[in-house]
Amino acid sequence: MYRSHVLVCGGTGCTSSGSAQIIDTLEKELKRNGLENEIKVIKTGCFGLCALGPIMVVYPEGAFYSMVRPEDIPEIVSEHLLKGRIVTRLLYQETVEADTIKSLNHTDFYRKQMRVALKNCGVIDPENINEYIAYDGYQALGKVLTEMAPAEVIEEIKKSGLRGRGGAGFPTGLKWSFAAKYEDDQKYVCCNADEGDPGAFMDRSILEGDPNVVIEAMAIAGYAIGASQGYVYIRAEYPIAVKRLTIAINEAREMGFLGKDIFGTGFDFDLDIRLGAGAFVCGEETALMTSIEGHRGEPRPRPPFPAEKGLFQKPSVLNNVETYANIPQIILKGADWFNQIGTEKSKGTKVFALGGKINNTGLVEVPMGTTLRTIVEEIGGGIPGGKKFKAAQTGGPSGGCIPAEHLDVPIDYDNLLAIGSMMGSGGLIVMDEDTCMVDIAKFFLEFTVDESCGKCTPCRIGTKRMYEILDKISKGKAHVEDLDRLDKLAQYIKDNALCGLGQTAPNPVLSTIRYFRDEYLAHIVDKRCPAGVCKELMNYYIDEQKCKGCTLCARNCPVGAISGNIKEPHIIDRSKCIKCGACMEKCKFGAIEKH
Amino acid sequence: MANTISSLKFSGTKEQEAQLMAVIDELRSQKGALMPIMQKAQEIYGYLPIEVQQMIADGLGIPLEEVYGVATFYAQFALNPKGRYKISVCLGTACYVKGSGEVYERLMETLGIKGGECTPDGKFSLEACRCVGACGLAPVMMINDEVYGRLKPEDIDDVLAKYKNR
Repeated sequence: MYRSHVLVCGGTGCTSSGSAQIIDTLEKELKRNGLENEIKVIKTGCFGLCALGPIMVVYPEGAFYSMVRPEDIPEIVSEHLLKGRIVTRLLYQETVEADTIKSLNHTDFYRKQMRVALKNCGVIDPENINEYIAYDGYQALGKVLTEMAPAEVIEEIKKSGLRGRGGAGFPTGLKWSFAAKYEDDQKYVCCNADEGDPGAFMDRSILEGDPNVVIEAMAIAGYAIGASQGYVYIRAEYPIAVKRLTIAINEAREMGFLGKDIFGTGFDFDLDIRLGAGAFVCGEETALMTSIEGHRGEPRPRPPFPAEKGLFQKPSVLNNVETYANIPQIILKGADWFNQIGTEKSKGTKVFALGGKINNTGLVEVPMGTTLRTIVEEIGGGIPGGKKFKAAQTGGPSGGCIPAEHLDVPIDYDNLLAIGSMMGSGGLIVMDEDTCMVDIAKFFLEFTVDESCGKCTPCRIGTKRMYEILDKISKGKAHVEDLDRLDKLAQYIKDNALCGLGQTAPNPVLSTIRYFRDEYLAHIVDKRCPAGVCKELMNYYIDEQKCKGCTLCARNCPVGAISGNIKEPHIIDRSKCIKCGACMEKCKFGAIEKH
Repeated sequence: MANTISSLKFSGTKEQEAQLMAVIDELRSQKGALMPIMQKAQEIYGYLPIEVQQMIADGLGIPLEEVYGVATFYAQFALNPKGRYKISVCLGTACYVKGSGEVYERLMETLGIKGGECTPDGKFSLEACRCVGACGLAPVMMINDEVYGRLKPEDIDDVLAKYKNR
């Protein structure tokens, strides 16, 4: 027995900010103080509050230390762990109250969250299957194998109202029922862990923090549709997730949760990992299956749908990591528990990766129907530097930008579609007044052009043409008619591309034109970038009032565009200026502006 | 991103070739073995020159075109050798919104190379990547396995200086 447990986040965010070093130092210090048999250090998955990493929580007190540095460790060990005096100075200040600390669940960041898919993340040691079992792990698998018929499992998932968390929101139970219907000697269950949306990292966090939940859910899916083999297709760029999933699969095999005759019921199921190799299109289900088969990951026309002819031409089911993470709890707590959460057509919770211009960057899980305002202002803690909210981008390169006027729309699959965006995998990037919407549209199109697999013409050539028009706009070389051409082209690609990637590629452009037309027009007509981002449209000016005539800018200008006498205001010759920004960086008086 | 056939002379060793053959023998019976074999081959050689692709094609009894097709489809497979220090700048949305594009530009300027290229001395190679999952530290770049977060363009010189004399 240990008298105290120290949980250190070992998710990617915290590992990047040095949590491995924290664990090392912690273990050394505990040994030095002779505490190694009294206090246990556990490396957990993601807590969600990545902005404050590395994160460390001490139980039983629940003291939440944030932005821990190795040099803080000796003090925490000798004061808190040895003498029992919490080092309040180093705590997450929101948890500090007069002479006590408040529970994490009462802080703004966590209070409105509801953790279903992330239930075990930041709670258990992902590299120890016993901890998962202690939190009801593999009970759901036991329940379906011993008490339920495959059709009952599918019925329960259908009744729960669970929809695919990977993007499009297709009802999971329905998908399973299609695959169950086809008879074949071999069927497959696949897991999409090729999280390609730049800025979304919930799937990785689940695999890093609770890999067993995915294994258990896939075995349940296998039982439901009659498959004995599963594949997890995971990004090679996620080394920690791959490692922990591999450990979990091996442990599950040893324990008899995978393999032959599971729980003595005669049900066989096993899992293999396939590493993705960096292709966004492989998030599309048919492309993913083609890639597992070892080919270029190009999508296939549907029908036939994967439920009939999927992986290796056999009936297959593919779900996303977060979708699977919901399954065991639906089985254990019942569909009626799950479908109480959320909105009419979108049940349960959704995990969002909150990033961009927001204070509490991190991973949040909220019931469907939570408003964007709650997520941005309350959970996210608002925008840094007192700047104004401009838009939130959801759905990644397939989604759109949501302006301030829609902050109070309850977020679910259908509402997001109605306002021109989509749920996508759950990336939620906040943008402030300094973000240029033309530039963002161009950024996403550049991504799509780069990631288009080239199989169908609307996507391969169409997105490239769209990018070129956007590039012209951002350089002030476009005409008003270009905006209509852009719009027409976007609609055409939407209607004619082969797969989901192409069909949704125009969304970032369409939604920004819809809500920020003025900004486009400013670029086209006034040749001006209101946010001050598009380089070609910007000019640097020296504020005469603020300039002290120190000559620093003139000396640093690489092209000699700045002139002026010492102790007198300087001026920039715009015909010579190359807009490198060196002067602005060097000026000590903030006298140089760009607009 | 530039992914053209390398102009450098192939200098694989017999040991590397033996390792690759062992991998092919081990995995060939597995369904969809091509990609896992190519991933291992890249671990062995550091990149996938045409000579290595030919060995894989011969080993599996499939046309070279098929191997080449897969090699050029996925961003992970490199046809050119990487630098000793592999710099990848995150151009995921969260990092981009916080200015990683400027960091990337500054790196290109400072190193005198474009994305996907390697400095002539073989020391640094530069590439853009999509989300390393450390969005809390945006903008982020990685040099080999080391993560640098909350970067500004002016930090680049200091970071690179740490590697210059190694």
